[in-house]
Amino acid sequence: MSARKTSADETWEGGYRPYDLVKEFVIALVVVGMLTVALAGVFSSPDKRAVTIAQWSRADPTDFATTALTELDGTSTTATYGPPYNTTPGAGQKIGPISLQRLAGVRIPIETARDFVLAPLASLASDQPALGRALRVYQQATDVQRQRWTDAYAKALTHATFRNGALLVPSGDYGPVEPIVARLVAFARSGGLDGALVTHSQFYATDYTKPLLFMADSTYLQGLAQQEHLLGGQWGMTNETGNFPGQSWLWLYTFWYQISPFKTSTNADALIWAIMAILTLALILVPFIPGIRSIPRRLPLYRLIWRDYYRSVEHQPESTTGA
Amino acid sequence: MTATAGGSEKRSWTATVRRAGLRALPPEKLLPDEQPVYVASWVYVFGVLTVAALIIVIGSGVVLALKGPAWWHVSSVGLFLNSVHLWSVELFFFFMVVHLWAKFFMAAWRGRRAMTWVTGAVAFIVSIGAAFTGYLSQQNFASQWIASQAKDGLNSVGIGAFFNVLDFGQMFTWHVVLLPLGIVVVVLAHVLLVRKHGVVPPLPARDSVTAESGDAVGERDGR
Repeated sequence: MSARKTSADETWEGGYRPYDLVKEFVIALVVVGMLTVALAGVFSSPDKRAVTIAQWSRADPTDFATTALTELDGTSTTATYGPPYNTTPGAGQKIGPISLQRLAGVRIPIETARDFVLAPLASLASDQPALGRALRVYQQATDVQRQRWTDAYAKALTHATFRNGALLVPSGDYGPVEPIVARLVAFARSGGLDGALVTHSQFYATDYTKPLLFMADSTYLQGLAQQEHLLGGQWGMTNETGNFPGQSWLWLYTFWYQISPFKTSTNADALIWAIMAILTLALILVPFIPGIRSIPRRLPLYRLIWRDYYRSVEHQPESTTGA
Repeated sequence: MTATAGGSEKRSWTATVRRAGLRALPPEKLLPDEQPVYVASWVYVFGVLTVAALIIVIGSGVVLALKGPAWWHVSSVGLFLNSVHLWSVELFFFFMVVHLWAKFFMAAWRGRRAMTWVTGAVAFIVSIGAAFTGYLSQQNFASQWIASQAKDGLNSVGIGAFFNVLDFGQMFTWHVVLLPLGIVVVVLAHVLLVRKHGVVPPLPARDSVTAESGDAVGERDGR
């Protein structure tokens, strides 16, 4: 039999010693408070300013124009994302045969051509007849004609330069696409597009879905994130801007993105979420999982924690220690 | 036992709840001034350190909330308060993870203490959500990038359709109201369960060395 002083339901039947819980709590609060204040005073906290569309379009107008064109012709990441933004056929990650993404449906409808390009410019058209005409021509054109213009303009943008506040491309037949994109670049650089994307229907706004999706489609934002070692391949969210600790407790979630097959899987997000859901449930239910709940008994670490107790019971005769 | 002047037991709902509360947690259990002799390791301190860090997190968060989400970007006092908030969160997670591992290696769910473990683990999970929404509420580049990356994971399993990380207003509300409330409730339940069941005793001295089948012993662990 074991030498112990506990009953079958693990109730202690041995000795007690004085223990001042309130004093311990007060000391802990003071120590943690002082430690926190010291860390805050010495290291401060990071605050890299938020990027605006105005900043992006001023820093890299060609990238902005290229991204805007993909929003207009429906080839951007957001335009082809699928639920919850749109109904792109076949889009949506799957876990085996099930796509929870598709089952949830389109709850935050985004049509990039309308929401990111045409609607913001339409608000300017009343004062700019040429812009109004360009928008009408584009909207009344056939899909084939629109694609011919956008394809040609996409090629032209690879040779674009930006001088004296204007985007310059080789001459060609771009139809209304050239003035539309040029006007959007100017609107973005003025700061107007930032506001137009968040305040389309009301004065107060807290929803930044549209400008963030627009910027997330760019290479500009990716470049800034790479400089701050925040890309997924750089352990992403476990990092923080600058040399500050980030959400290191997400290490296991981020870990899966670093290894195959998740690193290259088109269903990586859904599969990793499924794995993490199972592991989270397992963590919560550890006491009920045979094998896992027995690990502590097989490892000697608890003997370190209770070393005084084991030293005392193992150096006493059985008759004086048995429950 | 509570009695009226006439000797009959009070039957009001309030009296019944009070009796049940006192039965489950009499004052000497709720605030004991002694502990079993085996409670003699520094590792026990990490539970109370976690609660202490949580109080600093909530205190600094309340001040930041009082001034609004943009204040800390333009005020040196605000930046300091934000720093206190950040570092107390980092310490909170550090203490909590050490506490969690220590309790795992103690098999602290033994003896009808399974719900104590469950509430602790749930507190850890809810805390991750609270910290995550905090990063989204910073209104800086980190928030933008984290939102643009995290949306893909949440969208991939359908959660993003209802929990939109690109919507600052929604995330801010979750961060300053819903998730802190959840943490406080779960942590309170966890602490009360610890007080109710007491600190788990050591594993059997000789069983622990010679046990062939941990599961056979463990069958009673989760009850």
